[in-house]
Amino acid sequence: MMLTLLLFVPLVAGVAMFIPGAWPRRPLLPVVALIHTILSGMTLSAVRSGEKISALGGMLQPDALGVIFLMLASILFLAASVYAVGYLREEEKHHVKRDIQKGQLFTNAPEARFLSCLCFFVAAMTLVTTTPNLGALWVGIELTTLASAPLIYFHRHQSSMEATWKYLMICSVGIALALLGNILMSVAFFQSDVDLHGMDQLSAFMAAAQSVKGTDSTIWLKAAFIFLLVGYGTKMGLAPLHTWLPDAHSQAPSMVSGMLSGALLNCALLGILRGHQIMIAGGLSQFSGDLLVFFGLLSMATAAVFIVGQGHYKRLLAYSSVEHMGILALAIGVGGTALFGGMLHAVCHSLTKCMLFLVAGNILTRYHSLSSYDVRGLREDMPLSGALWTAGFLAIVGSPPFGLFVSEFTILKGIFASGRIFVALGYLAALAIIFVGMSVPVLRMVQGRPPRDVPKEYSESLYTVLPPAVLCLMVLGLGFCVPDWLADTLNRAAALLGA
Amino acid sequence: MYSLFQFVILLLLITDLIVLWSGRVLMLIRLSAIQGILLAALLLLPINGVLDGEHIFLACAVFALKGIGFPVFLRRTSHKLGIEPMVRLRLGRFFPLLAGLACLAFSLLLENSIPEAQGLFPPLLLPVALTTLFTGLIVVVSCAKALTQVIGYLVAENGIFILGIPLMTEGSMWFELSILLDVFAAIFVMAIAINHINSAFASIDLAHFRNLRD
Repeated sequence: MMLTLLLFVPLVAGVAMFIPGAWPRRPLLPVVALIHTILSGMTLSAVRSGEKISALGGMLQPDALGVIFLMLASILFLAASVYAVGYLREEEKHHVKRDIQKGQLFTNAPEARFLSCLCFFVAAMTLVTTTPNLGALWVGIELTTLASAPLIYFHRHQSSMEATWKYLMICSVGIALALLGNILMSVAFFQSDVDLHGMDQLSAFMAAAQSVKGTDSTIWLKAAFIFLLVGYGTKMGLAPLHTWLPDAHSQAPSMVSGMLSGALLNCALLGILRGHQIMIAGGLSQFSGDLLVFFGLLSMATAAVFIVGQGHYKRLLAYSSVEHMGILALAIGVGGTALFGGMLHAVCHSLTKCMLFLVAGNILTRYHSLSSYDVRGLREDMPLSGALWTAGFLAIVGSPPFGLFVSEFTILKGIFASGRIFVALGYLAALAIIFVGMSVPVLRMVQGRPPRDVPKEYSESLYTVLPPAVLCLMVLGLGFCVPDWLADTLNRAAALLGA
Repeated sequence: MYSLFQFVILLLLITDLIVLWSGRVLMLIRLSAIQGILLAALLLLPINGVLDGEHIFLACAVFALKGIGFPVFLRRTSHKLGIEPMVRLRLGRFFPLLAGLACLAFSLLLENSIPEAQGLFPPLLLPVALTTLFTGLIVVVSCAKALTQVIGYLVAENGIFILGIPLMTEGSMWFELSILLDVFAAIFVMAIAINHINSAFASIDLAHFRNLRD
């Protein structure tokens, strides 16, 4: 019942948002998000206690790995929904607006459609994170693309249309390749004695992988993993398949960017992790691990190149997401103690990145510019957002005392423990370059005096400051202490990946 | 039955080659419709000779959506937006065709070098599936119009569908149907997006996409 509600609450809310009339949709969103978060918390608690929960004939059956990403999606949805109340109130003040990049006039998409798609987006992510069926996972990930595309095109101007189309086309083609990966996996296990047609396909595939260990069928398994990596890697933003990500993240409304970066990328990562679990069962963890390390380092290097000299502060955050997806891939690929670090990193990155995008939205609302050169004196002009922007920057580059420092350090220890010295050097070099590359624009925005053409009268709304502040406190707290219940769940998730 | 199956597979290969050569929007839509009909026909010619209700139901769904639904929908969109009949091909006509033939040669080689493929896939199915997938990807990359990219996506998805046919067993119909429904939703959303592209840029030529860069 609990799992069914978890899926159907956002789904029904999404349908309800379409009910015509001028009824108060906006306040409903935080209520739905709160219910979803409570249900996610209950699911996490059940998974932690070892209870075997299942719904819809076994289609929903979360494990420790999925439940972490589910919980993150819920928390970010709650933060985004509170933020959305203030954001949409601000947006409705002007019906016709001017595009800050090209100066053209535009209007927003209908609010009902926006709120509805947001709920469908969360429902699709719920399916992805709770299903053990690789087919349902694929369907869920494709649905996240279709539900989130209208969210990116909320501001109906040329730039957001361009970003939406790239996102839709690149991710759809990528996910089609992931489907090919699913099919090749079925080819690999075609002659095995294991029944592959139940709902819990993941366990069946892992059992089948054990039975084909060392046979010629492993070539199909390797091919399948490559397609899963390319397909879901496209959606996850691994370089060189990341081209849609900076465009979509920079053009979407800030709370959508936060959810795309903090929750959606994790869902795509989960697709790859499911493939990696099967490879581990088939004795091919070295093959999949090496591929993940390679793409992880490549993503970090690519992000470093684009972050240095980046003047567009939302694109800066988007490239930072490419970097952190690279770190996650690297941690999973290295294995061992880096796995726990990787899981903790996923949690801390999601919270921090969502917080940063929300603050970026506040800055954009105030300055009407996406260029870091146009924003000055945040410390004085927007004391709360300025402080959060600085704290977020320190957190995302892995400075102590934030949680990302702990996770990045744990991953580094894992890399050293695995004896990959050159990987460790590449990892440290990329982190150092990115630290310098990000500090220049961020500190430039915070320091100095505010530009004269910015209106003097401005007050920061509680709706738009409270959610990032809470997320910031959570990341800060994780830097000091990882609670037992979270550490236990992260350890269970790491164990599923072979730790 | 088996030779008829091969005949349909060969027809699919021919449509791929025409897709790579053709530069006309309506021709591409027609070819995607033909591919949809051929896919439905493949489902009605089961490899093991047993035709069950699930295969018939799925064949009807494929025929209705890929053979009729999508092409009619895309054609209507094309008419509504008054799209120019010819597509500007970024790579010309010769290179896509050459790349398609190279992919065919490679996948024929692949089929012969992997012994398991011969046991599972009927002859030519694997090469034609991979060539169809690759053809779709080439269309996505080489054609400069949003509508033709959607057709490319559809063709690529057809390639993946072909590869899945020998694996269809009892109970897999619901998965196939959900994929079909997903593709339907994707095409629907893409068509809506094309309408918005046309209103925002007064064209669906992707050469206008120059706003977002580093």
